[in-house]
Amino acid sequence: MIAIKTIDLSKSYKDICAVDSLNLEIQEGELFSLLGVNGAGKTTTIKCLSCLSKVNSGDALILGKSILKNAMDVKELISVSPQETAIAPNLSVRENLEFICGVNGFDKNKARNYTQKTIDTFDMKEIKNKQAKKLSGGWQRRLSIAMALINEPKILFLDEPTLGLDVIARRELWGIIKNLKKKMTIVLTTHYMEEAEALSDRIGIMSKGKLVALGTAKELIAKTKSKNFENAFISIASEGGKTK
Amino acid sequence: MKIAALSLRNWKEIVRDKLNISFGLGFPLVLILLLSFIQKNIPVSMFELSQMTPGIIIFGFTFLSLFSGMLIAKDRTSSLFMRLFTSPLKPSHFVLSYYIPFLPIALLQAVFIYFVALLLGLNLNINILGSILVSLPAAIMFISLGVLCGTIFNDKQVGGICGAFLTNFSAWLSDTWFDIDLVGGAFAGVAKALPFYHAVEAGRFALAGEYSKIFPDLWWVMGYAIAISALAIWIFGKKMNYDK
Repeated sequence: MIAIKTIDLSKSYKDICAVDSLNLEIQEGELFSLLGVNGAGKTTTIKCLSCLSKVNSGDALILGKSILKNAMDVKELISVSPQETAIAPNLSVRENLEFICGVNGFDKNKARNYTQKTIDTFDMKEIKNKQAKKLSGGWQRRLSIAMALINEPKILFLDEPTLGLDVIARRELWGIIKNLKKKMTIVLTTHYMEEAEALSDRIGIMSKGKLVALGTAKELIAKTKSKNFENAFISIASEGGKTK
Repeated sequence: MKIAALSLRNWKEIVRDKLNISFGLGFPLVLILLLSFIQKNIPVSMFELSQMTPGIIIFGFTFLSLFSGMLIAKDRTSSLFMRLFTSPLKPSHFVLSYYIPFLPIALLQAVFIYFVALLLGLNLNINILGSILVSLPAAIMFISLGVLCGTIFNDKQVGGICGAFLTNFSAWLSDTWFDIDLVGGAFAGVAKALPFYHAVEAGRFALAGEYSKIFPDLWWVMGYAIAISALAIWIFGKKMNYDK
């Protein structure tokens, strides 16, 4: 089943076209990475798909629900882990998780159970009563992703989830993301090529708002006749899709 | 459940910021003590506790605008808000969650100021309760002003507008520090067209047990509270729907 389908999706900011007639299909259970240089349109695409930005033209269907006509239904299906760590800094880890449960309409018992389950899954027992602002960057990001998952979304948007993390924290997060594969559809944006290569089922590369390449990491390497995926990405992104 | 979760989070954010408590209670405390000492040395009818205390309460409420405005302005630019905007929440959930935690704080402020006034010699009587209740529409009006400013301006601008401008502006025009009829002219006209003077007058009448006189002063305050609340909710709703 198709989890996400965009139909000529376009978004402009004044004179700048951030997303230009995007047509894309992502299958249910797929981990799809959206790559591109800064300003390529990755984050804007996620904002449009998560009903944060109003599109100028086109539409997108999230499990069959239109982002234009059924925004509230779409929001019930998705969760977003934004680029920056999205936590309430003055609340403890447990309070942050319970807060998101409440926001999603869970009753007290369900909130308590889901919070405990998430604390166990994300190995946060020792820090559960610590204020979020006092956690290290890696733990804050882990909490941020845990908050995005607590409502068990059908589709998860991870916008540069490992940005600024040290190599160990990044690898730990990779482990968490790998465990989520097949359980839900994941759309990931990242600037780390090895991350996209290691985690993704398929990769889309954007340049100047357009989707200029689509395929598995191996397919894109083969298409560009590159030595590795990083070179393939550079080749595609710098040529703006001539290799598509 | 959703409103309760948001309100609880906002409550925790407010009370865990020690500056909020020290400003919200500390400033009115210093003023009531200072003016009481002046009154003891140089008796001025305006600084008698029965006249001054309702004015100090209204002055204390100006900090509600500052706190609510700062909280919303900071929240609006945070990634946490981006996460919340992608969850199934309506603008009314957000707006109510800012009002609800500030109302008990307003009540606490009023009770605290009357407690200090009692220690300084104010007669204990049931009209204190009446005066506190009559001051609540003013509390709602100040919270609305904060919600409105926080929705429109950034946190630095809110600090200037609600922190410096509103606290002084409302104090000068409230008939608490000096008799506005002594200034007369356009100044008195402006003061009587705004709600601050009427909020203090209504509180004074209630404290004196002259409940038949609290109107039309209380109508003025309630009118402003309703108008500003409606405007704040409308603008917040507009901003929430595709703010980015």
